Amino acid sequence: MCIAIPGKVLSTDGISGEVDFMGTRRKVRLDLVDAKVGDWVIVHVGSAIEVIDEKTALETIEIFEKYLL
Amino acid sequence: MNFQNNYLRNEKVAKNLCNRIAEISKLIPSPKIRIMHVCGTHEDTVSKYGIRGILPDKIEIIPGPGCPVCVTTMKEIDEAILLAQKCVITTFGDLLKVPGSDGRSLASVKAEGGDVRIVYSIFDSIEIAKNCDREVVHIAVGFETSAPITASALMGRELPPNFSILSCHRLVPPALDVLMDDREAKIDGLIDPGHVSTVIGLRPYEPLTKKYGIPQVIAGFEPNDLLLGIVMLLEMIAEGRIEVGNEYSRVVKYEGNLKAQKVMEEVFEPFDVAWRGFPVISGSGLKLKEKFKKFDARVRFDLTSKGKYDSSLEEAKGCICGLVLRGRAYPDECALFGKKCTPEHPVGACMVSSEGSCGIWYRYGKF
Repeated sequence: MCIAIPGKVLSTDGISGEVDFMGTRRKVRLDLVDAKVGDWVIVHVGSAIEVIDEKTALETIEIFEKYLL
Repeated sequence: MNFQNNYLRNEKVAKNLCNRIAEISKLIPSPKIRIMHVCGTHEDTVSKYGIRGILPDKIEIIPGPGCPVCVTTMKEIDEAILLAQKCVITTFGDLLKVPGSDGRSLASVKAEGGDVRIVYSIFDSIEIAKNCDREVVHIAVGFETSAPITASALMGRELPPNFSILSCHRLVPPALDVLMDDREAKIDGLIDPGHVSTVIGLRPYEPLTKKYGIPQVIAGFEPNDLLLGIVMLLEMIAEGRIEVGNEYSRVVKYEGNLKAQKVMEEVFEPFDVAWRGFPVISGSGLKLKEKFKKFDARVRFDLTSKGKYDSSLEEAKGCICGLVLRGRAYPDECALFGKKCTPEHPVGACMVSSEGSCGIWYRYGKF
């Protein structure tokens, strides 16, 4: 029910915009987040609920890197 | 997608995380470590990737009430069925097969000729209302992940006058309070739902962790997200650190999504509501504030005075959904599981929804 999937913002007018989900494009609401074109957002039932933070994503990668050794 | 394949679903990372889990669990003296999660998507990951099977025997992963459709009461289903007699009903697909108190569901109403439509989003329901001369009621189900989206839709301009909602939204932290207080569930640690937490942040969990001395970790939904979440939780238990951790920090911020919280507060107010399998949980429901009452289907169609609510009707004979939702029993402990109760012919709500624990266990071959 709380399924949300990542997608890349292709366009935005501040209220809604087009988001690319691995090749599938759909119009989604963007008014609950501050998303720019090129940002990755997490989308739930037709609305973005957060912008994925690149810095913390890289920090998570660093943690996983330790478990790759 | 490299992130997913190279890290989040990487076999070597998973093996090393499992080794670390085995190592720390040896440091914890108790014979069993009971970890509860409260999210259907977490249960899906646990079952799909066979995570229970690769963990040490002493670690139990217990599915809790993490499915908004499953905790929706028969009273709410009855209200939706009543509305379907005179309105177009729009909702998410999972809700359709949940039986009401007389055994009928929205799916049976649809089969009888009722206009019940499955939508992906409340915004689709609004479009339906714009192009329709009948009343359209959206059955709004979901936790804090979904409630702000309903709220932002209702704050939109030019909403058609024939549109209203039946709010069945619920809040997660008040339910955690009940679960953590439950001596029968005996929880040692909680894995918190990643997308509810995206909206609410870490703050609402902190007083609960302090009150009950039970650590919590917010986790993402890929298999290695969950394994890392379990590592973090076990490290806290082993070191006696009573904290709230965040494995899903790439999405979940400490303060959560403030814009989403604000619209939710503007449109809804909490009230006491029952959950399937639970008694009434104080402040765990969301109803529309006075300013938005014109969109409240309960007011518009005068449902508040209809019928007397009898909680003894809440479960079909033999169904143990209530115990499953409270973490007191696993789905396969139910005598009906996979026999009388299957996804095609569900008896209880936990088998109906694709996010329900019974449905998930059936799907991934626990029967």
